[in-house]
Amino acid sequence: MAKYHVTATVNGDAAEFLCETHQTLLEVLRDELGLTGTKEGCGTGDCGACSVTIDGRLMCSCLVLAVEAEGKAIQTIEGMAAGTELHPLQRKFLEHAALQCGICTPGILIAARSLLERNPDPTEEEVRYWLAGNLCRCTGYHKIVDAVLDAAREMRRE
Amino acid sequence: MTVSATITSGKKKLKVVGTRPVRPDGVPKVTGLARYGADYSLPGMLWGKILRSPHAHARIRSIDTSKAQALAGVKAVMTSADLPEQKFEYVGPERVAVNFWHMTRGIMAREKVLYEGHAVAAVAATSRTVADEALRLIKIDYELLPHVINVEEAMQPDAPLLFEDMITRGVEPAPDKPSNISKRIEFKIGDLGAGFAAADEIVEGAFRTAPVHQGYIEPQACLARFDADGQAELWASSQGHFVIRALTARLLGMDIGNLRVHPAEIGGGFGGKNVPYVEPVALALSRKTGHPVKIVLSREEVFKACGPAAGSLMTVKIGVTKDGRIVAADGVFRFQAGAFPGSPVMNACMCAFAPYDIPNVCSVGYDVICNRPKTAAYRAPGAPISAYAVESVMDMAAASIGMDPLQFRLKNVARPGTPTVWGPKHAHEGYAETIQALLQHPGYAAPLGKNQGRGVAAGYWFNNGGESSAAAHVNEDGTVVVATGSADLSGTRAAMALMAAETLGIDYDKVRPIVADTASIGFSGLAAGSRTTFATGIAVVEACRKVIGELRARAAMIWDVRAEDVAWEDGCAKRTGDNAGGVEPLSLKAIAAKRSVTGGPISAEVSVNAGGVAPGFATEYCDVEVDPETGAVKILRFVAAQDVGRAIHPAYVEGQIQGGVAQGIGWALNEEYIYDEAGRLANAGFLDYRVPVASDLPRIEAVLVEVPNPNHPFGVKGVGEANIVPSLAAVANAVSRAIGRRMTELPMSPPTVLAALDSERGG
Repeated sequence: MAKYHVTATVNGDAAEFLCETHQTLLEVLRDELGLTGTKEGCGTGDCGACSVTIDGRLMCSCLVLAVEAEGKAIQTIEGMAAGTELHPLQRKFLEHAALQCGICTPGILIAARSLLERNPDPTEEEVRYWLAGNLCRCTGYHKIVDAVLDAAREMRRE
Repeated sequence: MTVSATITSGKKKLKVVGTRPVRPDGVPKVTGLARYGADYSLPGMLWGKILRSPHAHARIRSIDTSKAQALAGVKAVMTSADLPEQKFEYVGPERVAVNFWHMTRGIMAREKVLYEGHAVAAVAATSRTVADEALRLIKIDYELLPHVINVEEAMQPDAPLLFEDMITRGVEPAPDKPSNISKRIEFKIGDLGAGFAAADEIVEGAFRTAPVHQGYIEPQACLARFDADGQAELWASSQGHFVIRALTARLLGMDIGNLRVHPAEIGGGFGGKNVPYVEPVALALSRKTGHPVKIVLSREEVFKACGPAAGSLMTVKIGVTKDGRIVAADGVFRFQAGAFPGSPVMNACMCAFAPYDIPNVCSVGYDVICNRPKTAAYRAPGAPISAYAVESVMDMAAASIGMDPLQFRLKNVARPGTPTVWGPKHAHEGYAETIQALLQHPGYAAPLGKNQGRGVAAGYWFNNGGESSAAAHVNEDGTVVVATGSADLSGTRAAMALMAAETLGIDYDKVRPIVADTASIGFSGLAAGSRTTFATGIAVVEACRKVIGELRARAAMIWDVRAEDVAWEDGCAKRTGDNAGGVEPLSLKAIAAKRSVTGGPISAEVSVNAGGVAPGFATEYCDVEVDPETGAVKILRFVAAQDVGRAIHPAYVEGQIQGGVAQGIGWALNEEYIYDEAGRLANAGFLDYRVPVASDLPRIEAVLVEVPNPNHPFGVKGVGEANIVPSLAAVANAVSRAIGRRMTELPMSPPTVLAALDSERGG
C-alpha cells in the first residue's frame, strides 16, 4: 500500500510523516511522531482525550485523517508549556488538584485553552458546556471547573 | 468544608499532613509526558489484536488460523491452546475467591464462547492494519446456543445453562440439578419473625439496577517482552502490578520470578483494572514470536469484554416502630455475575444493613451467571447496589412514620459494639458524625421549589488493609526517595510524600515518592479497597521510623554517645541526657553527608500486613428537579459527608468524594448496558453509554468528617469508596420525593421517569 507524504507544523515546528490513507491524525501523532501526550479514550470522538487544535480549531484527532493535516498547524499538549514555564492552565490544574489519574488532562487542557482564547471571561456554566465533550471519570469536574475559572482570572490580569 | 471537632488524637500539631501541596507526579501529567499503558514501545515491537465472539453463546467446533498465519507480516496466531489448562477450584477468601479454570477461559474461550466480545483468538503482526486483516482471516465454526441475559431468566429452572455441570454452592443439601446460580449466601442475626411481629409499620420494595461500567477513560493496554531464556517483562496499566504478575504468570504457567512488571501510569481503574485482560495475551504472543508485543484495546472492546459492575434484582423489607426504631430487616439480593461466577453479592449482603443497629436481620444473596462479560469490581463493589434498595426502603419507612430521614437514620445508627450480620461488632465511630454534619449543613433546611425533591441516603464500606511494602532511601544530600509497590490512581504518591515528610520532620519537597516495579520493592497488594493510604501509608511511616533509628545511631557515632542519648525532632538529631547542652543538632542533611564514614548508605525497607482497618461511612443528600414534560432529572445540589479518619491531602480526598458521587449520579440517572434480542450489546461506546459530562453536574460539596482511626499513625481510614455507596439511593430518594412516586429501577433515565409521572397522572 502506497503511503502519503504529509508536511505540517506541529507545535510550531515543521514536521513530516508518511501515512496510510485510513490512519487517523491521532495514530500518527502517537505512533509515528512519538507525541503520546494525546490520548485515545474512545476513537469515536466521544471522550475528548485526543483533543488537539488544527489551525486554531479544537478537534478530536481520532476523527481527523492524518492526510488532512497537510499544510496545517497542529497544537498538542506537548506544545502547551513555553519551555520550562507551564501555561497558567497547567499550573492551575496542579494547584487545584484538578486531576486524579490524569488521562483526560491533556485533552481538557487543550479544550480549556481553546475556550479561553475565545472567551477570556467565561461563566461557570460556559466552562461546563465547553468542556462537555471531554469526559473525566475521576473528578466529577468540580476542581477542573475551578481551575479553569482561576486560570482565566489570572490570565485576564496579565 | 471540614468537620474536625471530633478529632481527639491531636497530641502533636501536624506540620505537613493535612496541607495541599502540588502532587509530585503532577507536572508530567499536565505536559503530556506521563506514560500510561499505551505509551510504551520497544524496538521490533509487534501489534497484538484480539478476535472476539460475535455471538452471546455458542460452542466452538473448530478454529482455522491457517490463512491468518500465512498473511505477510503476521508473526503468530494464538488461541486458548497456547495457555495451560487450570485446575477447577475456588482459592482465596470467599469474598474475593478466584477460580483459575474460569479465569483462563475468560482470557481466551475454550469449549464455548459465553458472551458477545468473548476473546477466541489473537494475532501479533508488524502493524495494526495487518493484525486487523489477519483477524478477518481466522475462521471459526460456531454452533449457536440459546442465551440468557437477565438475572431472573437465568435463575429459571429451564434457562439455558452456561456450564452444564454447575451445582449451586452454599445450599444444603446440594441441589441435584445444575443451574446458573453459582452460589447462595446467607447472613442472619436475631429472630426475623419476632422482629417483624414487633413492628408498627412494615415497608418493602423490589428494586432493579442495570449493569454499569467503571468507565475509566484509558482502555486496557500493555507492552510485553518474553526473552529466549524465559525471562519476561511487562509494562502495564493496572491497579496492582504484583497481582498482574502473579495472575499472568499463573495463566502462562511461568515462575513468578521470571516475570517483572513495570507499573505504567494508570488512566482510571475504579476496580476494573484489578485483574488482567490483555497482559496474558500479549505475553503469550511475545513468547510465541520472540518479539515485544503491544496490545491496546478499543473502547468497544472495553465495554464488551472488560468487566462491568453487576446488575441486580433485589427485595428489601424492614419493620419499624412508631417511634422510629428499626426492629427487623430482610433483604434478598440477586446479582448478575456475568459469564463466570464472582459477582460482589457477598459484599452487598454484608454492607446492606451495616450502618444500622438492627436486632433482627437476614441478608440472602445469589450469584447468578448469564451471557454477559464477567463482572469486575467497581468502587465499593456490591455496596452501592444493595444500599440503593435498602436506603430506598429506609426512606419509605421514615416517611411512613413521619420522621425526618436523617433523624431516622441517626436514631438507628450503628455504634461501636453494634453487631454486624457477619459476626464481629462495629469497633469505630464515624457514622453518626456524618449524619450530624448534614443536619448542621445550611442547605439541608433550605426550601424546595416546584418539581423538586431532596433525597438522603447513607452507606458503609469495609475499607481494607493488607500487604504493602515501602522503602525509604536517604540520598547523599539529605533528600529522600520513598518507594512503594502500590499503583497510584489518584494522587497517593502525594499522600506518601506527606506522611514521610511529617514522620522524618523534613519538607515535603525533599521527599520524592515513586511507584517501584515488582523487582524493586517487596510485594504490595492491589490499589483497591480504599487501602493504599492506610496500609501502604503504614509501611511508609514504618520505613521512615526505621531510617530515623539509623540516623540517630549515626549521629550517636558522630557525637560518640549512646543512641539512646539522641532524639529525633524536627528533622534533626538532638543530644539528650547528660552534657546535652550547647551541642548543635545534626540535620538529616548533615548526617547524610557523613554517611560513608559512619557506616555507608542509609535506607530501610518495610513490609507489612496491615490490620486495624476502620470502615468508611458516608451520608449524603441531594436536591433534584424533575422536568414534568421530558422526565429529565437535573441535580441541583449534592452534599456528601464522609468519615475519612484523617485527610492526608484534603484536596485529593475531596476529589475522591466528588468523583465517587459523580459516578453514583451517572449510575442512578443514565448509565446502563443495553442488549438486543441476539444478546449483543447495543451501546458499546461513550455516545450511547452516557457517563456524566461537566454540564450534567453541579458543584459537588464534599464534607470531610475526621474521626481518626487509632490504628494508623495519622488516623487514616480510607477514602476512595464509601462516597459512592449512598449516591445512587440519594438521587433515587430525591427523584421519588420530587414526583411523589417511588422509583424502583435504575437508571432513572428520562423515559423511565416519564413513565412513572404518567402513571402517577393516571395517563
